[in-house]
Amino acid sequence: METTIPESKTLTKKPAEANLWTRREFFGFAGWGAFLSAIGLGLLAFVRFMFPRVLFEPSPVFNAGKPSDYTDGEVSEKFKEEQRVWIEREGGKIIAIQAICTHLGCTPRWLSLEGKFKCPCHGSGFRKDGINFEGPAPRPLERLAVRLDDEGNLIIDKSKKFLYEKGEWDDPESFVTL
Amino acid sequence: MNLIQLKAKYEEIRKTIVDSYVWKSMFRHGYKDTPRNRVLMTASNVFLHLHPSKMRRHGIKVSYTWCAGGLTFLFFLVLTVTGVILMFYYRPVAEYAFVDMKYLQFDVPFGMVMRNMHRWAAHGMVILVMLHMFRVFMTGSYKPPREFNWVVGVLLLVLTFLLSFTGYLLPWDQLSIWAVTVGTNMARATPLMGHEGPFAEQMRELTGLITPRYDARSFLTAGTVVAAPTLLRFYVLHCIFIPIAAAVLMIVHFWRVRKDGGISGPL
Repeated sequence: METTIPESKTLTKKPAEANLWTRREFFGFAGWGAFLSAIGLGLLAFVRFMFPRVLFEPSPVFNAGKPSDYTDGEVSEKFKEEQRVWIEREGGKIIAIQAICTHLGCTPRWLSLEGKFKCPCHGSGFRKDGINFEGPAPRPLERLAVRLDDEGNLIIDKSKKFLYEKGEWDDPESFVTL
Repeated sequence: MNLIQLKAKYEEIRKTIVDSYVWKSMFRHGYKDTPRNRVLMTASNVFLHLHPSKMRRHGIKVSYTWCAGGLTFLFFLVLTVTGVILMFYYRPVAEYAFVDMKYLQFDVPFGMVMRNMHRWAAHGMVILVMLHMFRVFMTGSYKPPREFNWVVGVLLLVLTFLLSFTGYLLPWDQLSIWAVTVGTNMARATPLMGHEGPFAEQMRELTGLITPRYDARSFLTAGTVVAAPTLLRFYVLHCIFIPIAAAVLMIVHFWRVRKDGGISGPL
């Protein structure tokens, strides 16, 4: 007796369709994608975690007293210990220089007899205005923002820097004229 | 009981222990000195199996290898042990770090020995790791098939330097604070990620970040200055993060030595 096999039961293979990915590949990509994005997001969160929102650091802004506290033509070391800042009054103009050597960040010393700033670490020297002239320091000392408040106090903001090599020493924020 | 009897008694006790079920469960193969037994001894013990079960004669020639890599690992182990011992007294807090270091030196029994072992082994490890690199270079052992292991070795060199650098801050004295100030100031000049480095301004315009507050340097120092948060951060990096990274790479390094054909031989 001859039996006929119904159409639906025959093992005819469908012609292979040109798929972008096979099922296996798709789940492979999905799995790796989920894994890598979880790792990546975790890494991003970690990087953010390492930058706290609040820093318990001293304020960069400080009150340096009245302009009349400073003698004309002298470099004041009054705030060097506490704030790492020199204050200079020269012909009716007051500037603040940051006491950080531009070579590797040591604190230079003001040698009043020689009229220069001298770094004890590697011997960099700077003129009174902060221009480097000897030793390994690659650029002049940095100046800081100075302003007068309503009561006539000198307010110095160490977070704002003015660099000679960028021509910023002419910026009116970098000095106070009396 | 004379000595001969005593020896017989000792042998009897020894045999009881070595033949016991407990002993055999730990050490599956006896000491019987046959080539097969030696291989099995090494291969069936978790610590010994890190060694090759057989090695070529040239591999133990000190004049060829200087044993510099092995000694580097020994120094790493010394540093791990002495470091953990120091951790029992040292607190990575600005108020206490310096006095704890002095306390270890002047009061804690053997504290000075532990601190100095840690210090000198650290110097020794840096020197040895460079000697090892020099030896590998001079014997051409970086050539294929060992080229990838050279790369792993360079990463281990960097991690050794970073361990040395982060450990330098922990005494929290003037020398260490200033050394780390200078060291982290270099991170200002990191390309793209340092606020004084190349392309810093472009990155600042693009992302609004890369300021003194958010850049590669403040990532290290945990703020804009080297202060108490920096000490804690360096402590964690020094005691946990970098040693684990180094240990993982060491596993790869030692495994690759064996898989790439063992210690290289004279040409």
